[in-house]
Amino acid sequence: MKAKIIVTPKKAVLDPQGKTVQTALEHMGYRGVKAVHVGKYLEIELDGTDKEAARQQLNEAAHKFLSNPVIEDYKLEIE
Amino acid sequence: MFMNFVVLQFPASNCDQDAVHAARLLGHSARLVWHKESSLGDADAVIVPGGFSYGDYLRCGAIARFSPVMQAVKQFAENGGLVLGICNGFQVLTEAGLLPGALIRNRDLQFHCEHVYLKTVTTDSPFTSQIPSGKILRVPIAHGEGCYFADEQTLASLKAKNQILWQYCDATGNITDTANPNGALQNIAGICNEKRNVAGLMPHPERACELILGSADGKFIFESVIHTLQNRLAKAA
Repeated sequence: MKAKIIVTPKKAVLDPQGKTVQTALEHMGYRGVKAVHVGKYLEIELDGTDKEAARQQLNEAAHKFLSNPVIEDYKLEIE
Repeated sequence: MFMNFVVLQFPASNCDQDAVHAARLLGHSARLVWHKESSLGDADAVIVPGGFSYGDYLRCGAIARFSPVMQAVKQFAENGGLVLGICNGFQVLTEAGLLPGALIRNRDLQFHCEHVYLKTVTTDSPFTSQIPSGKILRVPIAHGEGCYFADEQTLASLKAKNQILWQYCDATGNITDTANPNGALQNIAGICNEKRNVAGLMPHPERACELILGSADGKFIFESVIHTLQNRLAKAA
């Protein structure tokens, strides 16, 4: 199994990286970019086949360690 | 009376020796404790030093927080021990949940290495008690992720409970946006916990304890800690 975790800055948190990338895109001539949020992508390879157990475990890990709930949100997918 | 400072050492800590030097300069004893240790030994106060613990991988302080030595620091703090986190140490303490909020990327994405001015918001803490009233401290900063963030509720609670210890200001003590090097909410440079025995700040008082380094203002912070410890001992005696 493989788990994919996407960590993004919370909307209320200043995201200077996203803002800078947005400005750069505009400078390059890409129009219509409303906002950019720069986050992290983690790919986790797992043993076993129990998706539910994996989900439970990784939700805990994502909350405790892989993301910081004060400043970040995360999305977890298991395939 | 000699106080024993314990300075933690993680892989890629780089202000640990400076903190040891500062404590010794003030006439006290200081000892490094490696991150794999599960006991602090004989400690009157703990300093979590600056640097880039574990390469700042994942998030600043995120991995250091789970080290064996941090479990001992949590216990030490729970028992009322004084813990001061400087720069990366501040980040470690927020990640560990010992201090509220988080430190994020500086708003201009630049690493700032310069001297700044600090206003002490309250002298009612073990870390600020010996700072003369109205004294503006001049101390260095050196960080890329020092922008203090907390949600509105946390911020309101910090203010209500007088937990904001230092704010970035200009040379005359005005809290302005220009004097804010990193975009920190309300110019916050340092805070303490509700119990007031754990504090963190982004600036480096340990690099400003002797005039040859350009400023000796950092001493006031260490002297506050020492004063508090000596008072505690006197009361216990």
